[in-house]
Amino acid sequence: MFFSPTAMHIPDGFLSVAVSVFLWIVSIVVVGYALKRVGKDLGERQVPMMGVLAAAIFAGQMLNFAVAGGTSGHLMGAALASILLGPWAAVLVLTSVVSIQALIFQDGGLLALGANIFNMGIVGVAVAYMAYHTLRKLAGGRKWGLYLGGFIAAWLSIEVAALSVALQLALSNTSPANLAIPAMAGVHALIGVGEGLITVGALAFLSTARRDLVEAGEAGPIKGSLVWVAGLLIALVLAIASPLASARPDGLERIAGQLGFLDAARSSRSQIIPDYAFPGVSNTALATILAGMIGVLIVFGVALAVGYARRSVRRSERRSERRDHQVSSK
Amino acid sequence: MHIHFLDPYRSGDSLIHRLDPRVKFVLALAFILTCALTPAGAWPVYVLLFATILAIEILSTLGVGYVLKRAILAFPFVLAALPIIFTTPGAVWLELGIGSWELTISLPGLVRFLSIALKSWLSVQAAIVLAASTPFPELLVAMRAVRIPRLLVAIFGLMWRYLFVLADEALRLNRARAARSGNSGQPGIKAGGDLAWRARVTGGMAGNLFLRAFERSDRIYLAMVSRGYDGEVRSLPLPAITSANWLVLLAGLVILGVLLSLSFLFGS
Repeated sequence: MFFSPTAMHIPDGFLSVAVSVFLWIVSIVVVGYALKRVGKDLGERQVPMMGVLAAAIFAGQMLNFAVAGGTSGHLMGAALASILLGPWAAVLVLTSVVSIQALIFQDGGLLALGANIFNMGIVGVAVAYMAYHTLRKLAGGRKWGLYLGGFIAAWLSIEVAALSVALQLALSNTSPANLAIPAMAGVHALIGVGEGLITVGALAFLSTARRDLVEAGEAGPIKGSLVWVAGLLIALVLAIASPLASARPDGLERIAGQLGFLDAARSSRSQIIPDYAFPGVSNTALATILAGMIGVLIVFGVALAVGYARRSVRRSERRSERRDHQVSSK
Repeated sequence: MHIHFLDPYRSGDSLIHRLDPRVKFVLALAFILTCALTPAGAWPVYVLLFATILAIEILSTLGVGYVLKRAILAFPFVLAALPIIFTTPGAVWLELGIGSWELTISLPGLVRFLSIALKSWLSVQAAIVLAASTPFPELLVAMRAVRIPRLLVAIFGLMWRYLFVLADEALRLNRARAARSGNSGQPGIKAGGDLAWRARVTGGMAGNLFLRAFERSDRIYLAMVSRGYDGEVRSLPLPAITSANWLVLLAGLVILGVLLSLSFLFGS
């Protein structure tokens, strides 16, 4: 039907109890704070607006387009919600969507709901917020910032959320990290492109139809700085943890062994080779992380340079335009 | 065309339908938690858990076939756990040689994989019975009873009410696109644009849907204010849980507790 179970919604049975409970606690704290923040911003408008927009994000997943071989892409909406509503409202909207999907349509488990809220509602939103606002800042209010920012925010929200899912599965001793992480990352790199294209399409439509809505997200960038830092941290931690875990799955297995105190206790403890000397960080993992970080820095550097170069070019263009204007008006 | 078929609730007058929603909600969660805590390879306990949920399905008159068919929906995710049958070290159960490739299926890996698949299958059945035998407003009552913040429950409630309206809206958008999409019999003419174009059109539709929802939420808000809404979510106090329902809750928790303690006997 409409709700193809994506690899993003973790069903029950796949996460260890320790991982589920921990992520429930994190989600409860963040959603509780979001309720307070949004309540302060929207007042009594909060309930109708959040409820209807959550329904819209849910219904928006029915709008799909043919990709190839009978598969179709559809919107998940974390980035779009984050861009248009701001991070805290987006957390509430996505939490509502994910909860109803689990409760009513069994798209994702109930015990795993905390993890699913965390992955889609918190990780996806924070990372999208960080990427979008960074790029909008760099673009300095020009069109390409909206589109590139929207695309990268949407792509990252899917990709980082997928990494988060893969890590949780590995931590629960359900999938081996060295297979789950590259597989999830690879598949969702493609799904993320679809998400990015739809998000850009939606932003293009909205910036034509209701400019004020798109610009509303611009106001008060300082207000969201906590979210910006959180988004960057989440992206960096997952970008570092994933290659580390897939290069050295035993380390994760050991953590999983310690975490899965009840459900995996017997089987996982026997998996750990008794006299295994675990060297803090292996060289290959370190190299992967360093490469990743250097890559991130290079991309940021290039983006910064391009942004500033274009801005100064624009400025001089505008200046010369103005001069021409003055000359012609005389 | 209306999208009423979204609602998974199937009306009925069975014992399970009449059970207090709060009791049902807590018992469903307890069942799922029990499945999660049951160690890998505790086969007798899995059989007992299955017998329990099967009994509830029969009592609910939803039709065992209906529940089992829906439970298959959750199955594709099992693929994520498949690799552990090869990577878990332990006694070799089977060796597969494909060309020069050697795959070994280890016994502990197989046990773990089957346990995960079973846990997932059992848990999803409990969630299906809960959703199919409880109308959504009653689920909201249950959520209030387990201290989910009132505001969040109110948002869930509003979302549910407008889900069908907006799903209809999405169907209309899809239909309008289909009506304007042509297919030519002439071989030279290609129908539809490229992938990026199709995605952009879908994006525009998603933006349109969002805009309609945004404007509708404004209207709903004004209507609510006109009727005296002041931001306070008021609801009737929850009715007391009858003693029969308390008894069911207690019995259910005892059964699950016994199953859980049994599982630690078997699961080694």
